[in-house]
Order: sequence, then structure tokens, then C-alpha cells
Amino acid sequence: MLEDKDRIFTNLYGLHDWGLAGARARGAWDGTKAILEKGRDGIINEVKASGLRGRGGAGFPTGLKWSFMPKQSDGRPHYLVVNADESEPGTCKDREIMRHDPHLLVEGCLIAGFAMGAHTCFIYIRGEFVRERERLQAAVDQAYEANLIGQNNVHGFPFDIIVHHGAGAYICGEETALLESLEGKKGQPRLKPPFPANVGLYGAPTTVNNVESIAVVPDIMRRGAHWFAGIGRPNNTGTKLFCISGHVERPCTVEDAMGVPLRELLDTHCGGVHGGWSNLLAVIPGGSSMPLIPAHQCEHLLMDFDGCREFKSALGTAAVIVMDKSTDIVRAMARISYFYKHESCGQCTPCREGMGWMWRVLTRMAEGRAHKREIDMLMEVTTQIEGHTICAFGDGAAWPVQGLLRHFRGEIERRIDEYSANPHPEPVRVAAE
Amino acid sequence: MCLVELKGSPKPVASCAWGVRDCRPGPHGEPPEVLTKSAMVRKAREGVMEFLLINHPLDCPICDQGGECDLQDQAMAYGVDSSRFKENKRAVEDKYVGVLVKTIMNRCIHCTRCVRFMTEVAGVPELGAIGRGEDTEITTYLEQAMTSELQGNVVDLCPVGALTSKPYAFAARPWELTKTESIDVMDAIGSAIRVDTRGREVMRILPRVNDEVNEEWISDKTRHVVDGLRTQRLDQPYIRENGRLHAASWRDAFGVIAAKVKQTQPRRMGAIVGDLAAVEEIFALKDLMTRLGVVNLDCRQDGAMLDPTWGRASYLFNASIAGIEQADALLLVGSNPRREAAVLNARIRKRWRTGALPIGLVGERSDLTYPYEYLGAGPQTLADVASGVHEFGARLREADRPLVIVGMAALARPDGVAIAALAARAAQGTGKEAGWNGYSVLHTAAARVGALDLGFVPGPEGRNAAAMAAPGALDLVVLLGADEIDIAPGAFVVYIGTHGDAGAHRADVILPGAAYPEKSGIYVNTEGRVQMAGRASFPPGEAREDWAILRALSDVLGRKLAYDSLTQLRQALFKAHPHLQRVGQLAPAGRAEVAALAARDGAFEKTAFGRSLDDFYLTNPVARASATMAECSVIAERRGALTAAE
Repeated sequence: MLEDKDRIFTNLYGLHDWGLAGARARGAWDGTKAILEKGRDGIINEVKASGLRGRGGAGFPTGLKWSFMPKQSDGRPHYLVVNADESEPGTCKDREIMRHDPHLLVEGCLIAGFAMGAHTCFIYIRGEFVRERERLQAAVDQAYEANLIGQNNVHGFPFDIIVHHGAGAYICGEETALLESLEGKKGQPRLKPPFPANVGLYGAPTTVNNVESIAVVPDIMRRGAHWFAGIGRPNNTGTKLFCISGHVERPCTVEDAMGVPLRELLDTHCGGVHGGWSNLLAVIPGGSSMPLIPAHQCEHLLMDFDGCREFKSALGTAAVIVMDKSTDIVRAMARISYFYKHESCGQCTPCREGMGWMWRVLTRMAEGRAHKREIDMLMEVTTQIEGHTICAFGDGAAWPVQGLLRHFRGEIERRIDEYSANPHPEPVRVAAE
Repeated sequence: MCLVELKGSPKPVASCAWGVRDCRPGPHGEPPEVLTKSAMVRKAREGVMEFLLINHPLDCPICDQGGECDLQDQAMAYGVDSSRFKENKRAVEDKYVGVLVKTIMNRCIHCTRCVRFMTEVAGVPELGAIGRGEDTEITTYLEQAMTSELQGNVVDLCPVGALTSKPYAFAARPWELTKTESIDVMDAIGSAIRVDTRGREVMRILPRVNDEVNEEWISDKTRHVVDGLRTQRLDQPYIRENGRLHAASWRDAFGVIAAKVKQTQPRRMGAIVGDLAAVEEIFALKDLMTRLGVVNLDCRQDGAMLDPTWGRASYLFNASIAGIEQADALLLVGSNPRREAAVLNARIRKRWRTGALPIGLVGERSDLTYPYEYLGAGPQTLADVASGVHEFGARLREADRPLVIVGMAALARPDGVAIAALAARAAQGTGKEAGWNGYSVLHTAAARVGALDLGFVPGPEGRNAAAMAAPGALDLVVLLGADEIDIAPGAFVVYIGTHGDAGAHRADVILPGAAYPEKSGIYVNTEGRVQMAGRASFPPGEAREDWAILRALSDVLGRKLAYDSLTQLRQALFKAHPHLQRVGQLAPAGRAEVAALAARDGAFEKTAFGRSLDDFYLTNPVARASATMAECSVIAERRGALTAAE
């Protein structure tokens, strides 16, 4: 378990002052000028050495991503875009940061922007986050007022932050769709290449980072890469915000070390699964777009990128959705499929047409109103979607269904058998004699 | 459907968007390898195909796209014989998008080609996609008619039968049609077209690709004028007796003309060529008139001040249509390219989209689909620009490839020569580009340049069109498809033409001719490009090809023309005008002629430039006979009235 001294988000629950004074008391904005004095390469190397991997879901090394930005501007401005369009079902970590520790994000933006030569930062915040936007905007305004950012700030690096409010589409959390939306167009992902580091926002080099990735940077710089790298396992370093929801006693968002065993995570912070560990059915370790992991595998699950991969899932956003045995797992996955059907942008054919297909078949399967051969067909449909779309949305929608079919095939077959034995949604009532 | 396998890439890549430079070499520096027929590609495409088909209705037998459908073709290559999709198919309401495009939205596969075309090429962002995912719908938002003059092209672009041609709905199947390559005459661009006929009826007109002229687009007038070829046609000769036209035989009609010619002195006779005539009949008419000693000839019904004796470059679109893309400054003088040449306007827009093109306009304001700097309304502004007093003049002068497009509204006025000289002066530029000639006249009549090439203008002491039309000027006027001019009462009018339009109403003798798809003819477009139209059909009833009418008439008049077939006529034509043999080619720009034009002096009036075309849809007899064009015109008018009210 993570010791209190190693926590980055010390106001995660909003017990203290979120404002500039409170944040300063907790250590934010301390020695920022000295950090910037390490130079662009100094910062990027430090972040690389810390082993920080992107917290948005894909886990791409953040330092490496920053190093893709051109060293010299060719006349085009550089942009830093912070992805605060946190819409993944089950995920609520960026929300807590923006609510209660917004200054960590603002400071991180300055450092990251400096490391990439970006004088402008856009924070694209999810449409539904109204209070969070107000809070974040207030924090940005405080930073402007204290001359921490702005054109002639105390750090000597002209830097502007613009908080942009989205309109509430899940797909706008995809980095290129986010850029399109930010440009005022319809939020549809762009084909890559060219990558945003070459041609991004308004055709200029752009880096898109998750809120959490940016917000941990100031502490890494202050405490040193070795401190951050010393937490967790190799290749999966540092601390992470876990959002635990579902059938646990106390759902919560909590900061813990990477690689913490799932059981320890649930027992320590959430009071355990409803009805005890033996009542666990499955967990989705990383937000709704990741395959679920059945209970018997959860025993040994370590909550980090490689730990989840071992069980053919992924850490994603570390939004742990816990399902106990009262869960109708097929209906749950059908509901997730409906979400993806509703949020598909419609640009690529497999995703546009496949989402509705999967959802409809799953809905029938939840009632048992299907054929057993359709289970394999559904599996094939998911593989026809996976990898055949512009962005990762298609993959993220196919995976949960694949996870279901992989681990709960027996459950679906049982329902089909039951339904064919008695093809009514409700058991037929027989008049009492 | 364009997925290909890239060696080393775990997932297939979209070949339409993946550049060769994006391919990474192999681990040992091998050149990248792209597989287009591998098992992975086949599987990926079959997968996409299945998804495309699950919500696509199986109504090919009643679909107008059947037989020329991209989805059908792809399904033949990558489809499977049965569907695994057991759910209900999506149902989408059909949308109203105008009178030219019919929608059956169940068939839409959401490729958004139509949206991109309307936004990017046509420049009128009226089509869009609303909704998201499988609920996406293509619409004009409030279901209003599209306003673009190029909207018919979305029918060609649509890979399925979601957008089909409304006037052509359920009219014919593609495999029943005979396809003839031809040239359009609705404007002076000379777009490459394909005329599809069934039997002798023209069913539809489609564009052909000609990157130098129309790329792959045609205007709505070009495409949808076909029903005008069926109605109001003149199918036999008529003679006016006691104020009423009576059907007559060719012999009687010729007899009446011969009697009238015999009574009339040559200087009291004249001939006017209309806007749709091919070079052959103009040549034959000129030949006949010369033999009769007539000098009152004109092809400029609108009175445009163009004179072939100043050299060909004085009346051509010298920069060439493809050359628009090289221009680095553009001045429009009394021209509205969107109305006068919609396809050419799309080319200007294409150039504008690539960036950094200052565009100035002198003349009437209107929406050209791209922003421009409005300089002024009339010749005084043009004079300021030409002399450099106006700031825009300096930008033209600093340009290496300045383009000055002069429209008929600027030239068809008494001071047209002075205005042409001013425009030519403005088009001088830096002169660094030796091959560049930016003085470009945008004609509106398909026949005009050919007729000017043949010198169909008044001879010594001859009268021009306006003078011929004046009361008491002439006793006999021959109109070769000339419907845009009013001949004053008094003169005896012989009308050779195709439709019962203005010219026929005024005529004393009507000789029925052939419309443009019914004859093979040479047309010279506004850039001076010689193009040959093919014969797709036959004239109706007793109507004949125009040159043959003139040849037969010449015999009756005792001035027999020296050719008995079209081939012989062309031999004589090419002998007299060798440049007309070079079909499809452009002559090098004559800068000296433009410089001479620029040196001309003259006074100009202060009146503003008007507009050359009042109604895009009703510019010639064929279009005026078309119900489709009339409908379009009414919609456009109503929209204009609505806009004005706001």
C-alpha cells in the first residue's frame, strides 16, 4: 500500500482548500522556475526516466511522446492539448483532479508546455463537467492573477491556457477527434499518419495528454524521477488513481501504487466486495472498453499495464468495475454495447454498422432468444470490427464483448437452452388447481 | 473497402489515405511491401462489405443505380451470397433536397462524398450529416432545395442509389442505353459529356472526364436540359401566311425564300448566328451569304465588342481553364462565373482553396462561393485598377500570373472596346512568366468563338446585329438559331432552328434544324479549344442538319455550295481555317495582340456593369423548352424573393 508521503494528489477528496493558497500550502507551484531552468531536454529526460506512462488508457510513455515534438519551430506554433474529456464509463479520476487539485494540472500544463515549446495550451473539458469547468477556470484565473502563467509571468515563459468546453460526445475523447472538435468541426477521428506531433491542431505540431499524466509531472520534477520510478514495478512505475465502482462496500477514487493486487485494492480502500470475495463474479479493470476478467483470475491480478495484459485485458483508465454474482453479466455487456452503439461517430463502416449489430444480438442473448451458432458469429463480427477502423473506438467496443464470450459462453448457452425449453420471457403461469 | 496489408503493420491500412512515404522499411532496411490481394486483405474487405450490406436494402431490381452501382460491383468482388444479419434493417426517411436529386435514404452507406463535394467543390455547404453512428442522416438540414448549379454531380458521386436523378427516375436502365461522347453547348466552356440515348431519344447526359476543361463535373443545365430536346421541337418547315404559320413542305418553304431573295438587294439582306450553332453551319451560312454578296453578318447577338481582326487573343480565355490553377491574382470584370460558367467557377474555387489568391471584382455583387474584394461597380473602378491608382491594381501588377476575367456584361455595351483595353492593361502583370497571358474573355455562348474564328462579323460597311434588327434596316434576315434578338417588324425573317422559341415566333419561314446531340459538329470553347461533338440521335420529323439545309437552299437560290457531304464541308473548312483541325489543342497565347488591345484608347461611360445572364437556367431555346429547367428557375426565383425580404 502506498504510504501517505508518496501521495501526489493530497486533496483528492476535497477536504482542504482547492484554491491557489491551499495548493501552495500542499506544495504546488513550489520551485516551478527552477524546474523550467532544467531546460526542455532536462524535463523530457526526467519524465522519460520516471517511466511515466500515459494515464489516458493506452499507456504510451509520456516522455517519449513529448520527444516527438519538433525541437525547433518551423514557423508554426506548438500546442499542448490536455484531454479532460473523461467519458469512459466507470472513470472519474480526472474529475476529482479538476475539482479538488486543479492547480496541479495548471502547473503541469506550464511545465509540459515549456518542455514542448508550446506557448498555448487548450484544456478540452467534457461537456457534462460543468462544475469542474468552473473550478478549473477559476484555478486558471487564479494562476493568471498571481502571474504564474500569462504573457509576462514570473517564470519567464509566455504561456496561455484556454479551457474549452466540449459538447458531450464520447468520441471527442479520442485525440484526433478532440482536435477536430476543438477546431469547431464534427468530432470524427483523423487518419494517422500524419500524427498530431507533426500535423495536429490547426495543422501545427500538437501533443495531446491526459489530465492525470500532466498533473503528476510537477511532483515528478520536484521529487525526482527515481522517486517515481521507485514506486510500482519496472515498466509500470509510479502512483495511479484507481476509480472503483460497482459491487463494493465503498466505491471510491483512490491513489495507490501501480501493481497493487486487485484484492488488496478492493479490501483496503473499498471495504471489499459485497458479500465477500467469494461472491465476486468478474471485474472490468480499466473502464468499460476493456475485456472483463472473471473472478478466479482476479485472485492474482496485479493492477498495472502488464499485470492486466497477462489476463488478456488492459489497465485502460484504471476504472475498476466490480460485479458480484447478482449481476446479469450478459445484460451488463449488452448495456455497454448500447453505449458504444450510441457513441460511434459513424465514420468507419465496421464500427458504424457493427455496433448496432452486436448490441442487437447481445440483447437477444440476454433473454436467451438466440441460436448457439450466433455466439461464434458474434465473435467473428467483433474480430471484423477490431483493427479495421480509424481509431481505437472499434477495438474498445469489441473487446468487452470478446471478454464476455471468452469467459461466459456457458452462461449464454444456458440461457439459450432455457429459452428454447420455455420460449417466453416470463415463466408460463399455470392456473392453480 | 480500400484496406491493404502493409508488411509489418499488425492491422490493415487504408490505402486511400496512406502515402508511400508513411510506409516504414523492414527491420533490416528492406523496402516496404504492400499486399493488395493477400488473405488478410480479402478478409478485411469481406468484413467491411458485410457491414456495408447489413443495413442496405435489397431493392436493386427497382433501384435506378442498378447496373452502375459501386456497391454492386464491390459486392460481386467481396460479398458473400447470404446475410448473417437477422435483425431489422435500418429505415431512414427520404429527404427533399431539390428538384434534381431524388433521395432514397435507406440506401445511404454514409460515405459522405456528397457532403464533401458540396462543401469543397461546389462551395455551397448545404448538405450535411446530422446524427451520429448508425443514426447518421444526410440532409439539407431543413429540407430545402440545394442552390448549387453543380448539385447534379452528387448523383454521379453517390456510390449507391441513395441520390439519384429525379427527372430521370425510372426512365431507363444503363444497359439499354447507347453512349455517345460529345461536347456540351449550354455554356462556352465546352464540357465533355456523354449522351445516353435509347433508340432516338436522348435519355440523359453525363459528364466525361476532361481535366483541362471540366475535370469530372458538369453544370445542372448541361445535365438536366435533356427534356428540352423533346418538347417544343420544330419538326417540319412552316410558312407564315396572313400572319399565321402553316406547315409546309421543304420545296414550298425554299420557294418562298428564293422568291424573296430574288426581290431583295444584297445590302438589304443579313444573317445572324445564334449561340448554339456549330462551326460547320456557320461556315456554310457565311459561304452562302458571300456568294449572295451579303455583308451584313453578325454572331454577336448581345452586341459584345469583339472583333476578330484584332487577333484571336483579343477574344479568347487566354489563360486557359486549367491555367486558373496557376494564377496568383484574379480580377473579375463584369463577370459572374458562377452563372456564366459554373464549372469554371468551381475551378476558381479550387485555386482559391489552395490559398493566397487575391480576388477582386468589378461589377455586380453576388455570391460566387468564395470571398472576394469588391472593388466597384463600373468602368471608372476598372480604370483606377488598370492605372494603378487603386490598391488592387498594384497587386495585379506585382503578380507573375495575373488573371483578368472579362465577362460579357463588360463587353456587350457601346464602350466595350475601351473597357477591353482597360482590362488588357490590368492583365499585364510583371511579365516574368513568358508563356502567361492573363487577359481572359469569358464567353457565354458556345458558338461565339467559332463564329469569330470564321470571321462571321459585318464586312466592309456591313451592319452589326443591333443595326440589322433596327426598324427598316433590312428586308430579309436569316437567323441561324438566333433567339436572343428582336428583329423589328418589317423585315422578312428566315429562321433555321430547333425550338419554337423567340426566333420561330418572329419568323416568316421556319426551317427545322438539328439540336446539338443530333449532329456532329465542331465547337470552339472560350479558351479557343477546338472540340468535336458526336452525333447521338437524329433530328425529329422532317428536320435536317443545318448545314444540309443551307446546302439545299443554296441550290434553290442558284448559288450552289461546293460540298455534298459533311466530310467535304470539313475539307473546305479546314482549308480555309487550318487551326480548326487541331481538335482538343490550344494555340499559344498571343501576348502581342493583347498588348495591342491594351494600347487602344477610348472613352467609357460611367454606368455600372449589369449582368449578362438574368437566369442561369433559361439561357437558350433548349433550356427554355425544358420543364426541369423551368422548375429550377422558379425555385431560384422564389429563393431570391425570400432573401430580399429578409
